[in-house]
Amino acid sequence: MQISRIIELLNARLLCGDVDADINIAFSSDTMSDVLASPEEIDVLLTGLVNPQVVRTADMLDIPLIIFVRGKAPSGDMIRMAEECGITMIVTNQKMFVSCGILYEAGLNRKETA
Amino acid sequence: MMEPVKLTYQVDDGNYLAAGSASTNVKKVLKKLGIPSDIIRRAVVCLYEGEINMVIHANGGQIDVEIDPAAITMILKDVGPGIADIGKAMQDGYSTASKEARDLGFGAGMGLPNMKRNSDEMSIDTVIGQGTTVTMILKMQESL
Repeated sequence: MQISRIIELLNARLLCGDVDADINIAFSSDTMSDVLASPEEIDVLLTGLVNPQVVRTADMLDIPLIIFVRGKAPSGDMIRMAEECGITMIVTNQKMFVSCGILYEAGLNRKETA
Repeated sequence: MMEPVKLTYQVDDGNYLAAGSASTNVKKVLKKLGIPSDIIRRAVVCLYEGEINMVIHANGGQIDVEIDPAAITMILKDVGPGIADIGKAMQDGYSTASKEARDLGFGAGMGLPNMKRNSDEMSIDTVIGQGTTVTMILKMQESL
């Protein structure tokens, strides 16, 4: 699923980055150690946590997309950091549970359970 | 084969927002050297968790990284309070972290176990009141 489609589904706003990457596996957490402990590749991180360590964590794991839920917008410094790392960031007003539900329904993370 | 590469970084005490900058730099170097991506991923998870620990638990310190054709060796030496009970510290979910650390998305008691899982060898040398040195080695061959 392209990032542009995710933006449509979540009625999200693009903060930085391009929207062409193909996204298949999502991970949602506000605990960055949980993200770092994931044994599988992650294409998108959904989080309600807003601080530079979120961008750093995504960079460490080569995660191309961060979705901030509940309308939480990152600072200009975070946006610059993400741009330097080539990470796309979007923000949605949807809650975490609803965001995950919409994306799961639309096909994310479905390969492993099929 | 490549010449060994040695990198040294100072980690500032309590600089919560800058924490991880050494790991970011090491990742760039590993990529430039053409190290396989699965090894890079494991190395930076180890280093990043360790670097965060140095900031949130210790009083900062020094990170030395040596990359040679056989292995990546990472030595994280802090001047913090030391670890009173390493057995407990290695348990998933055990943490003595502050609220500030938890607010950053860390301090969930997963750092040391994450580091252990992602390294081939890990040793912890700690002295109460003086500091802790964590040494982690990732072998190149085993992951190839």
